[in-house]
Amino acid sequence: MAINIKKKLVQWDPVDVKAELLNKYPPKVARKRAKQILINEALENETPEISANIRTIPGIISMRGCTYAGCKGVIMGPTRDIVNITHGPIGCSFYSWLTRRNQTDAGPDGENYMTYCFSTDMQDQDIIFGGEKKLTEAIQEAYDLFHPKSIAVFATCPVGLIGDDIHTVTRNMKEKFGDCNVYAFSCEGYKGVSQSAGHHIANNQVFKHIVGENDAVKPGKFKINLLGEYNIGGDGFEIDRIFEKCGITAISTFSGNSTYDQFASAHTADLNAVMCHRSINYVADMLETKYGIPWIKVNFTGADATAKSLRKIAEYFGDKKLIKTVEKVIAEEMPAVEAVRKDVRSRTEGKTAMIFVGGSRAHHYQELFKEMGMKTISAGYEFAHRDDYEGRHVLPTLKVDADSRNIEEIEVEADETRYNPRKSVEEMKALEDAGYKFKEYDGLIPEMAEGTLIIDDLNQYEAEKLVEMMKPDIFCAGIKEKFSVQKLGVPMKQLHSYDSGGPYAGFQGAINFYQEIDRLVNSKVWSYMKAPWQENPQLTASYCWE
Amino acid sequence: MAKKMRKVAIYGKGGIGKSTTTQNTVAGLVEMGRKIMVVGCDPKADSTRLLLGGLAQKSVLDTLREEGEDVELEDIRKAGYGGTLCVESGGPEPGVGCAGRGIITSINMLESLGAYEESEGLDYAFYDVLGDVVCGGFAMPIRDGKAEEIYIVVSGEMMAMYAANNISKGIVKFAQSGVVRLGGLICNSRAVDNEKEMIEEFAKKLGTQMIYFVPRDNDVQRAEINRKTVIEWKPEATQADAYRGLAKAIDENEKFVIPTPLEIEELEELLMAYGLMEAA
Repeated sequence: MAINIKKKLVQWDPVDVKAELLNKYPPKVARKRAKQILINEALENETPEISANIRTIPGIISMRGCTYAGCKGVIMGPTRDIVNITHGPIGCSFYSWLTRRNQTDAGPDGENYMTYCFSTDMQDQDIIFGGEKKLTEAIQEAYDLFHPKSIAVFATCPVGLIGDDIHTVTRNMKEKFGDCNVYAFSCEGYKGVSQSAGHHIANNQVFKHIVGENDAVKPGKFKINLLGEYNIGGDGFEIDRIFEKCGITAISTFSGNSTYDQFASAHTADLNAVMCHRSINYVADMLETKYGIPWIKVNFTGADATAKSLRKIAEYFGDKKLIKTVEKVIAEEMPAVEAVRKDVRSRTEGKTAMIFVGGSRAHHYQELFKEMGMKTISAGYEFAHRDDYEGRHVLPTLKVDADSRNIEEIEVEADETRYNPRKSVEEMKALEDAGYKFKEYDGLIPEMAEGTLIIDDLNQYEAEKLVEMMKPDIFCAGIKEKFSVQKLGVPMKQLHSYDSGGPYAGFQGAINFYQEIDRLVNSKVWSYMKAPWQENPQLTASYCWE
Repeated sequence: MAKKMRKVAIYGKGGIGKSTTTQNTVAGLVEMGRKIMVVGCDPKADSTRLLLGGLAQKSVLDTLREEGEDVELEDIRKAGYGGTLCVESGGPEPGVGCAGRGIITSINMLESLGAYEESEGLDYAFYDVLGDVVCGGFAMPIRDGKAEEIYIVVSGEMMAMYAANNISKGIVKFAQSGVVRLGGLICNSRAVDNEKEMIEEFAKKLGTQMIYFVPRDNDVQRAEINRKTVIEWKPEATQADAYRGLAKAIDENEKFVIPTPLEIEELEELLMAYGLMEAA
């Protein structure tokens, strides 16, 4: 038999691939999906338009998560000393526990609630009579048991339906305790089209309730906040190691390996370095408006990208000694990286990858594959917006639809006493004239080669179809896609939780990644794999007239 | 063989007199020897006050909350006038929680406790439902397998007729997928001009009947103050006979339809035609 089984990418025209992906859909679905599947073109000064951050079409098995997942799971989950209470039925409480591989260092105080799981365990009667009383009791119980600095409450779907006033409950408890900051997130799962809404809601509440609470100036000469880094598999530890070596102080990380106090002091840093643009750009913008801290886009995924980002930070501070130290660190770190790269590249050169994950990872990880001589033939985000694909220059033209209006936009003004522009207008201009870019993110599209396929909100059907047609050497996504892709005979690497690997950030992380991908794409195991029906057909038949 | 239990739900605009009409009618049916269970589906839990002689009832939801899962039928069902079995669903105080979910839970609880079993020997189960069918919970009694006949309490006042028309729309939805049917309109008179004729015409347009015209009488109010149905408080009153008449009409009713709700314009025309007519 073997229809196209061996057919490789070279034999496929991206136009045909797109047509084939859409072929099975009813006309209206095909029309909508066509706008989310983009064949990349090399345009002079602009990027082609892609449809993103819109509702998933009914009938499609999406890779997306919910608003609660984005708020509690992604943004607030990795902070170790805030007690996170999920207000809802017990089923949701699993996700109140640490479910991602966000690592943390419990620190000298040992205060770490990430391994705990707090839930109000709403029952039918709490739905009927309202759950506010139970929530109040739960907050009190958590406080009595742990005396934490802070307690956060997360709303699950039914809470929004029955209208429990969680914000009043938490405000009253905060007043009652006096020494514990209590606040709530209206992050009901259905609030947005994806987990992206949850990121926004988390950003808003963190900024409203925590940032600016601690004015104490921390020691350190070059103080930055690292935004949108979640310390999956120890990424943050590796970045911290590099920062320390360079003499850069991270006042806070949003939110890998973070603490309540880091958020509370974030306004005392002098630069915001943004990793994941999608999940955290709101906080970056608000920190600039209220406190005068500029932000730049960085990427610590990939050794070259790491070196570039370090130089960018050093250039911002403009300190000769810092610039020298950074160069020295890069010079020290790179030989080990290059040694492994050279060895691995002899086996990975020319291989192909697909990446469908997150709101920035599908972009950042292309750096690492590039360093190995591998080509990303198709990529896309689960929950990104158009600016993450096309670059921030499209922001003024984005339509605010009804789904986005569902999420609060908070108005931030310059702080009366604490607004302090870290660079004067002239200094900013001098940097910009020299080619330095503030508040700039060009997105994923310009990074990808012409003729590659960029697909937003990829679904189960299209993922399998893509793999079947284009046969990539590796497919990267999350746990939901892990086994269905592997069953197609293609190695799969999780880039949400890294399977059991990591760190993959920074210099040491690059080495880990090269070795891991080499192991995966060059394993013989996949070539031995045969589906049962290929070996032993269950039914055989012949035409009766034969 | 035992006669099949009839399951009746009474709907209508808030304040139209559903609870009063239901309980007085039930009293009439009791006099005829029928065995009846009344299920109040209103968070205020005041649907069985006249039968019980006061609000002494502990609601299903309160019991469930206090006793946990170990609830028995006798904990939530109380005998009232003439052996009627009275149940109040209950619910949250205004402004919190989800009363609709409460009704669903309590009807499910009654079912699982066997309140509707043949062994209970009931002739009727009456559901008295809060005025506005605001969400799925309040439609619970007319879902498949629950109430099979609906009576809408209405008067000649415009808003009461709007409400009746809307409730009919709800019945259509459930009738198409189940067995529920409209049994008729009960006109609880507000002494509006041409009220009887207008409701008769309205019923005709809905494809149903005005099953009874209950005149306005202060004895109803007096009986209520005494926490009794008119039949119990003053059996010889004219109004007691009116309720007996309604009880008989329901007991003998055989006309069950899927209603044909009116367009708003049509309803307004009807009001214009009768409401502005010179009183005869």
